[in-house]
Amino acid sequence: MEKQATINLEQQFQDRVDQDIRIEPKDWMPEKYRQTLIRQISQHAHSEIVGMLPEGNWITRAPSLRRKATLIAKVQDEAGHGLYLYSAAETLGISRAEMIDQLHTGKAKYSSIFNYPTLTWADIGAIGWLVDGAAIMNQVPLCRTSYGPYARAMVRICKEESFHQRQGFEILLTLSRGTEAQKAMCQDAINRWWWPSIMMFGPADDASPHTAQSMKWKIKRFTNDELRQKFVDICAEQVKILGMELPDPELKWNAERGHYDFGKINWEEFWQVISGNGPCNKERIAARVKAHEEGAWVREAAISFANKRAQKQRPAVA
Amino acid sequence: MFHLTLHLADDALIIGHRNSEWTGHGPNLEQDIAISNIALDQIGQARNFYQYAAELCNNNREAYTKFISSPAFHQVSGPIDEDDLAYLRDAMEFRNHLLAELKKGDWAVTITRQFFISLYQQLLYTDLQYSADKRLAAIAEKSLKEVNYHVRWSGEWVIRLGDGTEESHRRMETAIDQLWPYVGELFVPADFQLEAAASGLLKNPEYYRQPWLEKTGAAFEQAGLMLPAPNWYQKGGKQGIHTEHLGHLLAEMQYLQRSHPGAQW
Repeated sequence: MEKQATINLEQQFQDRVDQDIRIEPKDWMPEKYRQTLIRQISQHAHSEIVGMLPEGNWITRAPSLRRKATLIAKVQDEAGHGLYLYSAAETLGISRAEMIDQLHTGKAKYSSIFNYPTLTWADIGAIGWLVDGAAIMNQVPLCRTSYGPYARAMVRICKEESFHQRQGFEILLTLSRGTEAQKAMCQDAINRWWWPSIMMFGPADDASPHTAQSMKWKIKRFTNDELRQKFVDICAEQVKILGMELPDPELKWNAERGHYDFGKINWEEFWQVISGNGPCNKERIAARVKAHEEGAWVREAAISFANKRAQKQRPAVA
Repeated sequence: MFHLTLHLADDALIIGHRNSEWTGHGPNLEQDIAISNIALDQIGQARNFYQYAAELCNNNREAYTKFISSPAFHQVSGPIDEDDLAYLRDAMEFRNHLLAELKKGDWAVTITRQFFISLYQQLLYTDLQYSADKRLAAIAEKSLKEVNYHVRWSGEWVIRLGDGTEESHRRMETAIDQLWPYVGELFVPADFQLEAAASGLLKNPEYYRQPWLEKTGAAFEQAGLMLPAPNWYQKGGKQGIHTEHLGHLLAEMQYLQRSHPGAQW
């Protein structure tokens, strides 16, 4: 009887998803759907927060006042994205504190791209163009994802991300028209960020175990390989405007497919970085833990102060 | 006028730079955003003042640039701009208060310093917006809206930490103790401030000492903190004699401009 009831609920749930009716926090949902979303949204939130670090690395060294201001604003936007996403995940029954704890203990993942170092100013441009570009490619379909709070958070995030991407491209464009040293800096950053960026779409479809279920639930709308191909096609054209090259000798227009062919991705590197062996994994988490621990007394003081004030305002009981 | 404008710009840039060191490392996300926002306001104010200073400089280059000895600055061909002033002057040519350049410290030091400077800027800009110099007046008027918020935000934190936990109270006392010797400089006029006062552009900063002390005292009272007695104070920032910290800050901030002379970014 109970089992039958669950099957009916699941059927009704799937029907709503199939009709593109948004799932809202109070609606019944399969436990696995909830867990998948918590994993994906919190991972996304963590990526925003950890992503503040490699870019923040250049705030104090930005080469002009205008660049400094835009970079601060950009990193600040990412903190804002983290906030909306943590809030969206909280509607699924997990607290921000729990999620942050999962990040700090390594239980939760974040986008591996942020485990690469930002070595020159051009990296700030390359992150904007390539990393934010890949993120947008992943995120635009999420504005139509089946879970309402996530979809709504993504609408706002995507607007800001596309602004960031244009800023990044503009940084590279300026470098590409600059001195020889600046041009070299630009090409070097593209060389280092290209492959990690196209890895951002995740493993190839035949190695992505969750894709089918996520597509059925309309959490995902396109497969990893579809999005990756779309991204390669766009970047292969945009790089020409910069007068630079993508570091892939096999990159070539394939008229028959109507797409660019590209070289083989080094999946060994991808899995190594995911499993903690990227150049900056330990530093990134250490920086987050440090900020959290050093902020503990501040958060405690704020709570203690709020409690004292609340007590003062409470009328004395006779 | 040029020195006064540079001084206002330098104060805003240096404290903005210090605050931006928190971006990505704040005690929680909300406060990370708040302090970054303040840094952004300050850098925006600095840009407005530098742009004006650059115009003044370009109109009478010889008169003003003789005060700047940095070789990098003198290699600029064509008109100078805001970035030349921010990135190509050496530490001894900066005119900010020492208070602005001290290290960011913990959250107590950051918010106490912010409160001290914002309160000073609030008093200053309130008058400056009626200055005979229309450009300075316009920048002050625009900046004042932001500064009013900075005063409120940092003042609330002073009270929250002063009256929070034992630890936060103790940290506030340490922060005040550390910063207090740098407060006196805010109210002692440099030559350019005396000149500005004589020509009616701006009041002598001495005038702000009393209202500043009263407002700080009021916040401290709510926070359960003691206002230290007036004491010996450190000075020199407005004359270009800085702490050891400014050189390091500038070395980091300016390095890219310096290592690629003439490049556009």
